[in-house]
Amino acid sequence: MKINQLSVFLENKPGRLSEPCEILAANGINILTLSLADTEQFGILRLVVKEWEKAKRVLEEAGTVVNVTEVVALEVADRPGGLEDVLKVIESGDINVEYMYAFTTFSKNKRAILVFRFEDADRAVAYLRDHDVNVIDSVSLYQNLK
Amino acid sequence: MASSDKCAAKFNPVSAPDYLPKKQLQSLQLSRLKMIVQRAYDYVALFRQRMDQRKVTPDDIQSLDDITKLPFTVKTDLRDTYPFGLFASPISDIVRLHASSGTTGKPIVVAYTQKDIDVWASVMVRTFAACGLGAGDIIQNSYGYGLFTGGLGAHYGAESLGATVIPTSGGNTDRQIMVMKDFGVTAICCTPSYFLHLIERASEMGVDLKALPLRVGVFGAEPWTDSMRIRIEKGANIKAFDIYGLSEIIGPGVASACCAQEGLHIFEDHFYPEIIDPETLEPLPDGTEGELVFTTLSKLAMPAIRYRTRDITEIITEPCSCGRTIRRIKRVGRRSDDMFIIRGVNVFPSQIEEALLAVEGTLPHYQIVLTRKGDLDQMEIQVEVTADVFSDKVRALEELQHKLGQSVEHTLGIRAKISLVQPHTIQRSEGKAKRVIDNRDMS
Repeated sequence: MKINQLSVFLENKPGRLSEPCEILAANGINILTLSLADTEQFGILRLVVKEWEKAKRVLEEAGTVVNVTEVVALEVADRPGGLEDVLKVIESGDINVEYMYAFTTFSKNKRAILVFRFEDADRAVAYLRDHDVNVIDSVSLYQNLK
Repeated sequence: MASSDKCAAKFNPVSAPDYLPKKQLQSLQLSRLKMIVQRAYDYVALFRQRMDQRKVTPDDIQSLDDITKLPFTVKTDLRDTYPFGLFASPISDIVRLHASSGTTGKPIVVAYTQKDIDVWASVMVRTFAACGLGAGDIIQNSYGYGLFTGGLGAHYGAESLGATVIPTSGGNTDRQIMVMKDFGVTAICCTPSYFLHLIERASEMGVDLKALPLRVGVFGAEPWTDSMRIRIEKGANIKAFDIYGLSEIIGPGVASACCAQEGLHIFEDHFYPEIIDPETLEPLPDGTEGELVFTTLSKLAMPAIRYRTRDITEIITEPCSCGRTIRRIKRVGRRSDDMFIIRGVNVFPSQIEEALLAVEGTLPHYQIVLTRKGDLDQMEIQVEVTADVFSDKVRALEELQHKLGQSVEHTLGIRAKISLVQPHTIQRSEGKAKRVIDNRDMS
């Protein structure tokens, strides 16, 4: 139910973001979505790729620090209030969200996909499923995006 | 003798030893050296053991050159014998203890008998006199009072000089400027970087230092350059003098610039200087650069025998135009170990390592970058992020930064900026990282 997200440490300096992107490109790895969190000093690049193990290996071989985190992908109706519906469920379950970001592509059925990093992913998945939120597993996620 | 002195207006009889003829000075040095070696041998176990190992007895000291027969003393000897192991006087004769920052959290303790305090005051009087100060001057002493030798050392000297002392101690810059202005201060003692800060702050406060009676600055406790001196002198319309000292020898008052401002006169009737090659430990002749070594000739409570200061300088061979006969050293700019001085605090990279290690239990690759922002020294510690400590959460990394910063501040007492950097970005040379990058522009 959960998806492996890669996080890459970046210094907040010109050119640092392109380095991991170049490495992935050179190895034929397509980035499905990403988000960048940054402070004045450093940034964290969060990536979802299909071949995450290979991506992790090639990034590490190139000397970057990579960390694997389990995140949850949710399908949200592509209409006003679609996100709010899901957030309300999350709130009602007293589930802590560390951060979230959106997928750059839509699923085949024109629904938006959001990535959530929950404090407790397992509890969140169980609760969301109980409340009829469409939690997408990695297999269907990658198929969906094809 | 005083008539040839450009600072003659402020000649103080206590400065007489500054002008001793060479032969007379050397004979005084030799008799004092014999006394102090005997004392160290009789009362300090470490010196006796080391001399016995070398098969040297106090009787082997028959000339000043015989000093090379004696073993060296280093900072770790003070740490290893903490707290009182190098004292040559019973505690009943010791009237004062001071302490300075050590390398492992334990400070280095130094002791003084009443006679030592009197000698200390006398060399500080000679320091102030060499800087053209005397009775009638109002001296603002902004060196820190406390365990640090700077505050009380300068204080007793200034009182003994007959000047009026204002013990402002360090900090509270606005009040320092108010005191300087309202009390008609004519001289200030502090670190040169702090004085540059005072200049800046005074101008923000609308106080024109150039228009005040302030005419002399007695600056020490950290390395600075001649071009920085000129900047200070122009910025405040004062004469800025470089003084040198270290707690292990006595505190401030080991050497001082004079009106000629070409090097620092060593009060060598009390502190016998040698210059050695820091690698081979062989003595080097005057005029050659090397590590400065001192033997205290009159310090009773805690004699220092051939103490390695780690400061690199040379003894100037030419006589000084001020007329003093005691020899001079060049301004001390660098050291033979990796210790550095920031805001008057001695810092060893090993202290920073301990502070970093304390946080995550592993020592990351790190580098210390020193810069001078405006007029204050800044310390940045770049720490490489490893997989062990990396997190996808910004908060976790910021917390790590905070913890590292706190640990460093707790250890050193000064704040450092912690920068997290990508792995392998800190340069390694010969497999070992260069720990300290000093980008402080001293000009």
